[in-house]
Amino acid sequence: MKPAPFRYADPSTLDEALAVLSDEGAGAKVLAGGQSLLPLLSMRLAAPTTLVDINRVPGLDSIEVTGDGVTVGALVRHNALLAHEGAAGVQPLLARATANVAHPAIRNRGTTVGSIAHADPSGEMTSVLALTDGTVSVAGPGGVETVGWRDFFVGPLETSVSGPAVVTAASFPALPARSGTAFAEVARRKGDYAVCGAGVVVTLDADRRVERVLASYVSVGIVPEVHDLTEAVAGKPVDTADWAAAGELARTLVEPDTDIHASADYRRLLVGVLTERTLRDAAAEAAERAA
Amino acid sequence: MTSVDTDRTITLTVNGVPREATVPVRRLLSDALRHDLGLTGTHVGCEHGVCGACTVLVDGDPVRSCLLLAVQVDGHQVTTVEGLARDDHQGGQVLHPVQEAFRECHALQCGFCTPGFLTTIAAGLEKRDNAAELTEDEVDDMVGGNLCRCTGYANIKKAVHHANAAMRDGAR
Repeated sequence: MKPAPFRYADPSTLDEALAVLSDEGAGAKVLAGGQSLLPLLSMRLAAPTTLVDINRVPGLDSIEVTGDGVTVGALVRHNALLAHEGAAGVQPLLARATANVAHPAIRNRGTTVGSIAHADPSGEMTSVLALTDGTVSVAGPGGVETVGWRDFFVGPLETSVSGPAVVTAASFPALPARSGTAFAEVARRKGDYAVCGAGVVVTLDADRRVERVLASYVSVGIVPEVHDLTEAVAGKPVDTADWAAAGELARTLVEPDTDIHASADYRRLLVGVLTERTLRDAAAEAAERAA
Repeated sequence: MTSVDTDRTITLTVNGVPREATVPVRRLLSDALRHDLGLTGTHVGCEHGVCGACTVLVDGDPVRSCLLLAVQVDGHQVTTVEGLARDDHQGGQVLHPVQEAFRECHALQCGFCTPGFLTTIAAGLEKRDNAAELTEDEVDDMVGGNLCRCTGYANIKKAVHHANAAMRDGAR
């Protein structure tokens, strides 16, 4: 249960980090919060030749909030995002999902961008990036590239990032007008990886009728996906929409897997339950914001 | 030019005392505390961040010492369970209110998980406004990341309330 030997560098600028990553080649790995990487090293599921620790790189720890959205730097810890009222005001899903990320001691160290770059299908923030139609910034030798979430997530623990590169930020667009969100999980113990999690966004039209319903799930499928559930409740007044029907629809769209914690069927059941539950909350919030 | 190393000499402040150690870069903070610095109060349980026994405070915040490399705390402040009690200036020590509450409420049995609980709860209670009502949800969130297989948590949660009341009434 000890990491295999590796080399370590803690560069003090992004350019130096990219230079070291380039010099050390394909075996080099970026270290930010380390809350997913260190267990992989200790269990010898990963054995990088070099760790490039970006914690001393300045300028990566800011949360920028504008009317259009929230941009989270690579060294922003989960707890900093959770406590950021400005970010929660523009995109409430951020704090709601972050509150479900592990335990406080993990959130003190783990980074939001790191958990996205880790691309774990049981991660909360990967789903939130998808649900909000977000992007990541990837710095490489040729400059910084903006990559949409659909192009970023390739498979479980796999992204489209290749060569010497550092994911420097994630950007989450603002919650649209007349919209509400909710996020909920079922976990075996508080703070554990979710057996199933659901994030939803409900948008109403000017007459308080349902215009759009989007959902994204945690621990369901191999990469984050966004499901459009609008057809189940389209045009219905917010107060009488059949959210259970939207839950039923969601169950037909997802393709969960079986593992030691839950069968695929149980996960599908949870998708229905959590979808209905979160949609009720999100609809109530949307109605309030539309008033 | 950035140096790429297999060993590093680090300096850090542990429980208020400046310490120096030369460690392989793969050394976990938990092992550095125990083996290089001789502070065996930090217990190593699962070594992959699940059990919480190795929780220490880095710059005042609870973190898993098995999920940090020793080289990453170079220049930082670390508080281990040994650093919770205070000198009584009469040759002895005064326990932290959380330690006192654990004794009072019988919140430990085998004691293996206890250091992680004590550091986590001490930081949690010191950060909050002790005059505000301490809810069960808040307590669950505070201790939910630490595993105890003896007590069933009832007495640990009782101790959190007990310590919070003591700190509200001016202990520390």
